Amino acid sequence: MNSAVFELYRDEPPQAASPLAADVPLSIRELTVSYGEKPAVLAVSATVPPESMTAIVGPNGAGKSTLLKAALGIVPSLSGQVLVYGKPLSQAMHRIAYVPQRASVDWDFPTRVIDVVLMGLYRELGLLRFVRHQHKEKALACLHRVGMADFAYRQIGQLSGGQQQRVFLARALAQDADLYLLDEPFAGVDAATEKAIIDVLKSLKAEHKTAVCVHHDLSTVTQYFDHVLLINVRKIAEGPVASTFTEENLQKTYGGRLATAHIDELKLPEPQR
Amino acid sequence: MGAEFVQLSLTPLLIGVLAAVACALPGNFLILRRQALVGDAISHVVLPGIVVAFLITGTVSTWPMLLGASGAAVVAVVVIEAIRRVGRIDPGAAMGVTFTSLFAAGVLLLEQSDTSGVHLDVEHALYGNLESLIWLSAEGWGSLLDPVALADLPPELLRMAAVALLISVLMIIFWRPLKLSTFDEGFANAVGLPTAVISFSLVICAAVAAVAAFDAVGSIIVIAMFICPPAAARLMTNRLEIQVLWSVAFAVLSAVLGYVLAGYGPLWLGGANAVSAAGMIATVSGVILAITCLFAPHRARTGTPKGN
Repeated sequence: MNSAVFELYRDEPPQAASPLAADVPLSIRELTVSYGEKPAVLAVSATVPPESMTAIVGPNGAGKSTLLKAALGIVPSLSGQVLVYGKPLSQAMHRIAYVPQRASVDWDFPTRVIDVVLMGLYRELGLLRFVRHQHKEKALACLHRVGMADFAYRQIGQLSGGQQQRVFLARALAQDADLYLLDEPFAGVDAATEKAIIDVLKSLKAEHKTAVCVHHDLSTVTQYFDHVLLINVRKIAEGPVASTFTEENLQKTYGGRLATAHIDELKLPEPQR
Repeated sequence: MGAEFVQLSLTPLLIGVLAAVACALPGNFLILRRQALVGDAISHVVLPGIVVAFLITGTVSTWPMLLGASGAAVVAVVVIEAIRRVGRIDPGAAMGVTFTSLFAAGVLLLEQSDTSGVHLDVEHALYGNLESLIWLSAEGWGSLLDPVALADLPPELLRMAAVALLISVLMIIFWRPLKLSTFDEGFANAVGLPTAVISFSLVICAAVAAVAAFDAVGSIIVIAMFICPPAAARLMTNRLEIQVLWSVAFAVLSAVLGYVLAGYGPLWLGGANAVSAAGMIATVSGVILAITCLFAPHRARTGTPKGN
């Protein structure tokens, strides 16, 4: 297997070189994050191209989620710079929608599906504005996009894992953002949900929006994404999937942890036996 | 139920109700944030705070007591956080260690200092003095319109009313940020909410409620009201808005029923003396929780996936 083989399979042209800073959805420079003595993310720089579907890929504990959270200012970074459409995060928060890991919240929380989606309208509603008909309509429309409109008035604890994930995606859609950051959206979801999420992400791309997913399923990277960032605490590689998602880069990213058997499971083009 | 009721029972009842509501409101969020023990911790550390304030100022007047208690609450929150981070142990254990040792230190301090001249003892700290908060100058319902009599209302009533009102108003204004950051802190952060400030403010609110209630009703009620009414309310509904209303209803019910049962219950049973109202109110709230555990509509929440 070598990178030349991949070239046959890529369906996207390489990204145009250096677009204007204000067009770059997310630009990370030398970002370092540490929870204790060991850094979780070390001097990672990355550029997410406009209208791309970017996957952040790496082994467990490689700092994928941490990188995303640090880019959003949810966890403090030791050093580095984050620009969102050319502006510091504080001036561009309204252009970002965030989908946290499903397991990060308590689904027994006493609230209904539609209330969760309405949380995506927080910037619009503020502290005291009443939820009006138009807000509910918007929330229902977002639920409809992920195929969950029938569940609007259910308690969230009654949903399956995949349905919960779709509700989170609907909440992000309600934010009307330009850049969507998703933390493991496909983790532990059923096939119907996986398809629903992919359809939404594709429609976002068609609307000239950008999506970045922390992704752990190597077998679907080539299928779902056009751009990839490989990290293992440090950045290993970034670029179009076709030229970057290579066995060589994966070996560098996963080190000894990526067994040969694992590589065989990837739906990567195989040379003729 | 006339003049005697207004003079002897009206103000303790109101103070009990207001204290119960002031504690139950933040209790809803503390429980959902898995911080129910924070209320417990705060109400215990109030004792050493008050003793230290007494030792410094030599009086048991309101403001030094409130400052001492608030100071102790803040110290406790900082110590809990420090133990959790430095010792890397479970938050529940950190709270348990902090409040028991601070409360014990308070008891020791109290025993060693000369408080014979003032009304300050361990029993008071636990049970409060609800029954003694009577309205001496009241002569009947008409006194509610008499400025002279009103001026003689127990100061605890006004203090408790002000705190209950403050907490209610804050909760209404900051409802959305509070709910959002309690449910999903990461998302709340990403929409720009200062989640650390919200979290700390909630604990401060709980501390204010605990400190104000402590003086009048003692720490037993405070601990019970932070946990029992919200926990029972959670079993009644699957919506936070309605849960909070239920928790207020249960808090009021506990206070009224507990007060009446403490005053008259033993007599009905042939006993001679009334029992502690604070103890009875806390007991009633526990009984309400037990009943909801057995019969409430949402007690069996499985969260079972319904397939796809």
